[in-house]
Amino acid sequence: MLRFIVRRILLGIPVLVTVATLTFFIMHWVPGGPFDTEKILPPEIKANVEAKYHLDKPVPLQYLLYMKQLFQGDLGPSYKYLGRDVSDIIRDTFPVSFTLGLCAVLVVLGLGVPAGMISAYWQNSLLDRSVLFVAAMGISVPSFVLGAISVWIFSHHWHWLPPALWEGPRHMILPAFALGAGFAGYVARLTRTKVLDVLSSDYIRTARAKGLTEPVIMFKHVLINSIYPIVSVMGPLTAGLITGSFVIEFIFSIPGMGRFFITAVTNRDYPLIMGVTLVYAVLIVIANLVVDMIYGWLDPRVTLK
Amino acid sequence: MWQYSLTSKLSAGFLLMVSAIAVLAPWVAPYSYETQDTLQTLAFPSLDHWMGTDRLGRDLLSRMIYGARVSLFIGVFTTLFALLVGTVYGAISAYVGGRTDNLMMRLVDVVFALPDLLMIILITVLMGRGVAGVFVALSLVSWVTVARLVRGEVLRIKEYPYVQAARALGASPTRILVREILPNILGILIVTLSFRIPMAILAESTLSFIGLGIAPPFSSWGTLANDGWTAIKFYPHLILFPSLAIFLTILSFNFLGDGLREVLDPRSSKRRL
Repeated sequence: MLRFIVRRILLGIPVLVTVATLTFFIMHWVPGGPFDTEKILPPEIKANVEAKYHLDKPVPLQYLLYMKQLFQGDLGPSYKYLGRDVSDIIRDTFPVSFTLGLCAVLVVLGLGVPAGMISAYWQNSLLDRSVLFVAAMGISVPSFVLGAISVWIFSHHWHWLPPALWEGPRHMILPAFALGAGFAGYVARLTRTKVLDVLSSDYIRTARAKGLTEPVIMFKHVLINSIYPIVSVMGPLTAGLITGSFVIEFIFSIPGMGRFFITAVTNRDYPLIMGVTLVYAVLIVIANLVVDMIYGWLDPRVTLK
Repeated sequence: MWQYSLTSKLSAGFLLMVSAIAVLAPWVAPYSYETQDTLQTLAFPSLDHWMGTDRLGRDLLSRMIYGARVSLFIGVFTTLFALLVGTVYGAISAYVGGRTDNLMMRLVDVVFALPDLLMIILITVLMGRGVAGVFVALSLVSWVTVARLVRGEVLRIKEYPYVQAARALGASPTRILVREILPNILGILIVTLSFRIPMAILAESTLSFIGLGIAPPFSSWGTLANDGWTAIKFYPHLILFPSLAIFLTILSFNFLGDGLREVLDPRSSKRRL
């Protein structure tokens, strides 16, 4: 197990280096720098500032300098939030985005799996059709549409839930729902297909034949055996939730990493862009690793190597 | 051949209608997309303005009709482009095989590892907000999925006896790929197309919604939704109509894709031909 983890982490390093390299060059590729502001700086001052951040050097050299710094674990200072390091900003905003992502995962699993099971158990019933229809709608509705509409209904119209900010559990409900609902639709469909598969298998017939009650069959036999494909899509799904969260952070004015990424890109705050992109990439690598570990732990037929 | 589902037919009908409206925009739109009715700003839907007007008094219905052009154009053409590049790339990689294949697939792996929405944001902002920037950004990240899919299919099909026979008869690789293999993966490609167009529309509208995509005075449905978002508390209709358009279009493409998959994708379990 330990060898598997170490191996996967080592395999992740080249991926991260490539992400860093590509982002770096895309970022510097187009004209316009962080200090070409509307308020034009006097040329001497601009030259000084650029010299301080090595922006006067050729791009490949800047790249080498940045990578050297990165390997020492230093993400550098932000160009726009003066006096703050990128790592400080990430330390402040990451927990927010992470909590949001986690809540969304709960929404996805909490809505998707039960809906899929119900749908499969009463196959072709009206209930099944309604679940399928709602799932199809969930897959097709963009998270910002869902977010905006639910803000209007639940905050502006009924005044039940706060429309913005991040100050407690009540503030998490709408964003987590808006972010997770679409993916819940996918998971519901997936669960339904798999549960139908399992329900028609021989061992379920045996379980019924020996007189087990329906709840025991559904939870102990069907659910456990249907969980694998769901776990295996959780990797890409978590990645989608993580990168999708910036829209939700925008709508609900949540002070997470996504919001900072958007302003960083518009400001050409190079170190902040790099920092946030790398954190996202690391998260995706870790999410995939964790999912594979859970998969290996659940399914004894899978050996991790 | 389509006794299958009503939803697919309805979806196809809806999409045809929207496309027709988009193409014929200057003739169907009641106003131009920039005409201001300064006496009726932020108006609710009425007989003059079926969907109301925005804060500058511009007719929302007309802006929606012109917006359909941008949204659909980006959705359809980025996907076609990605499909073309991905197919050629994947087919060559699989057919040549060996070290070339390995090398070509490494590149695909790299692009795959990028957090794609972040890259799209980055490229769009750096290229300048507009149709071109969004087009390039979306195309750059979306061809890899197609490349992987096509590579897998070509690897499978190139071992079939009829392809071997064609090779034994001395057909050139290009001829084999185009005449023998391509027709076999066409179904899957069409299904992919109908599932990837809504993804592109979604990505574009998301970008425009957060203010990073298409810039005014041009507008896609996402831009319009963003306009409406700032006034949602008192004028919810301004965000409702663009949201509905995006949602229904994506929904229709997904239903259409489901229908097409049943008919065209040999891997589909429900195939009943």
